[in-house]
Amino acid sequence: MFTGFMINTWAAATIVAVIAGAVGFFVVLRGAAFPAHAIPKGAFAGAAGASLLGISTLAGLAVFALLGAVGIGTLGRRGRHDVATALALVMMLALGAAFLSQTTEYEPEIYSLLFGEVLGVSSTEILPIAILAAVCITAVIVLYRPLMLASIVPEIGEAGGVRSYPMEICFLIVLAAATALTLPVVGALLIFSLMTGPPAAARSIASRPLLAMSWSVAIAVITVWTAIACSYLCNWPVGFFVGALSALSYVLGRSWAGWRGTRTTHPGTPVATLSHT
Amino acid sequence: MYHLYTRVIEPGFFASAQVHAAAVIGGAVAVISAVTGVFTVLRGQSFGGHALTDVSTAGGSGALLAGVSPVTGFVGLSIIGAGLMETIGIRRARGRDLATGIVLGASIGLGALFLYLDTTASTTTGATQQILFGSIFTIGSGIVPVVVIFSAISLGCIALVYRPLLLTAVSTDMAAARGVPVRLVGMVYMLALAVSVGLSSLAIGSVLSTALLIGPAAAALRVTKKTGRAVVVACLTGTGATWLGVLLAYDSYYWSPGHQGLPVSFFIVALVLAAYLLSGLAATRTATAARETAVPAVSGPGR
Repeated sequence: MFTGFMINTWAAATIVAVIAGAVGFFVVLRGAAFPAHAIPKGAFAGAAGASLLGISTLAGLAVFALLGAVGIGTLGRRGRHDVATALALVMMLALGAAFLSQTTEYEPEIYSLLFGEVLGVSSTEILPIAILAAVCITAVIVLYRPLMLASIVPEIGEAGGVRSYPMEICFLIVLAAATALTLPVVGALLIFSLMTGPPAAARSIASRPLLAMSWSVAIAVITVWTAIACSYLCNWPVGFFVGALSALSYVLGRSWAGWRGTRTTHPGTPVATLSHT
Repeated sequence: MYHLYTRVIEPGFFASAQVHAAAVIGGAVAVISAVTGVFTVLRGQSFGGHALTDVSTAGGSGALLAGVSPVTGFVGLSIIGAGLMETIGIRRARGRDLATGIVLGASIGLGALFLYLDTTASTTTGATQQILFGSIFTIGSGIVPVVVIFSAISLGCIALVYRPLLLTAVSTDMAAARGVPVRLVGMVYMLALAVSVGLSSLAIGSVLSTALLIGPAAAALRVTKKTGRAVVVACLTGTGATWLGVLLAYDSYYWSPGHQGLPVSFFIVALVLAAYLLSGLAATRTATAARETAVPAVSGPGR
């Protein structure tokens, strides 16, 4: 399990988990679960386009992820945000369907791009993943304070010179970069599980932001490691284990928060209601 | 004149049985999607509406594996998923999106497993693409009764709670103060949404399902503020986009020399998006017109 090509798998998966955990923390904080689902799923169409043009899959993914992010940002500026996300998503998918209709030899690749091909990472793929990961982490560090402010108390952020709209675009672009990087490894549909389950669980465990973010990264890494080990042992798709474990971590996190809530607060005190507002 | 006619409508369009099925089923699905869609947009539950397509798709691949009818799989898991979302459901929109996301993530995982087992159990090539995108042209006419029954259920649910649903969509607090059972109304609405989305993902694929649910309704709500009128406009936009899309896809087969047609979903989605963008223009124009006419009226008495 830890020899030869599996070394690459472990390395790539760990990078992916760290990124998903860190970016996912902001996804949950901003309630941006829909864009986090839409950008990877739509970016998948870019891979189809890239295979049609004969260029690198990663380039196709990155271009479409960015297009999706900008599309959601611009459409969402005037009008309902969830509507904008839905329309940007279906447009990208429809383009994907159009690309696919023009080629014939894509079938096995679709499945792996959607659900992940973590057991087949080659050593040449590690380098671009590592570079994009470094970019993402830097962006998260630089944006940490303003993004936090704009996400939690946008009014105070505006007063302090942090404008919401540019912050939104920055956030979506970071999301797009994280997507392009994680997509070939865990698949278009499961990045999303990794970006919502572990961070949501972390939020129920810890309330201090940095601590919660660390928890989020830790849970994401554990989820991915367990998923790979299980997938290696019983040959079922990695995606299934990632999805199931992410949901499980959320349920456990919520139960832990609920259990702690009943233990520490006495009935009738306003603390319980405060923690929900 | 005839020449132009054959240019616009390529020969054999009205004779094709596939086109008939696509027009009838596509039209019916467009109507129920538009009706449920208006409330989906008003309640800000586009994510839920989209997530249910993936949930029901997982149900579809599960049904393939278990050997039961796809309708059971699609609609069944869609209803279960909607129930779970509503049960975890937290009052605030952010929490609700998160609950939706968790249910979605888990069912995508399940879907991955089912698809994997499907493709190893039998060599059904094309199953992945079929389930993911679906195609309006590959549906048999045998599905028509199913579409009619489930459409009736979905529309019946909406009709049953139409007024309280409107009230809760505008303001949950106000509705609760007026004695509307908010949770119950939400549940009935989610049931209607689940049936409608499950059905449309089966009949026309998940991409078109979301496009027809959100696009026409959002466009209509930008043009008019009256909900009843918005429902009508959404239905017209949805069916119009569907039928025009079917026509264009049929024609596109003749466009390129290689006879490599473009998929229907591409055309319908493009038309829906165009309608949404146009409605934005129309909305801003009426808004500026209203402001221009309002200004002299206000400054009038001062002169």
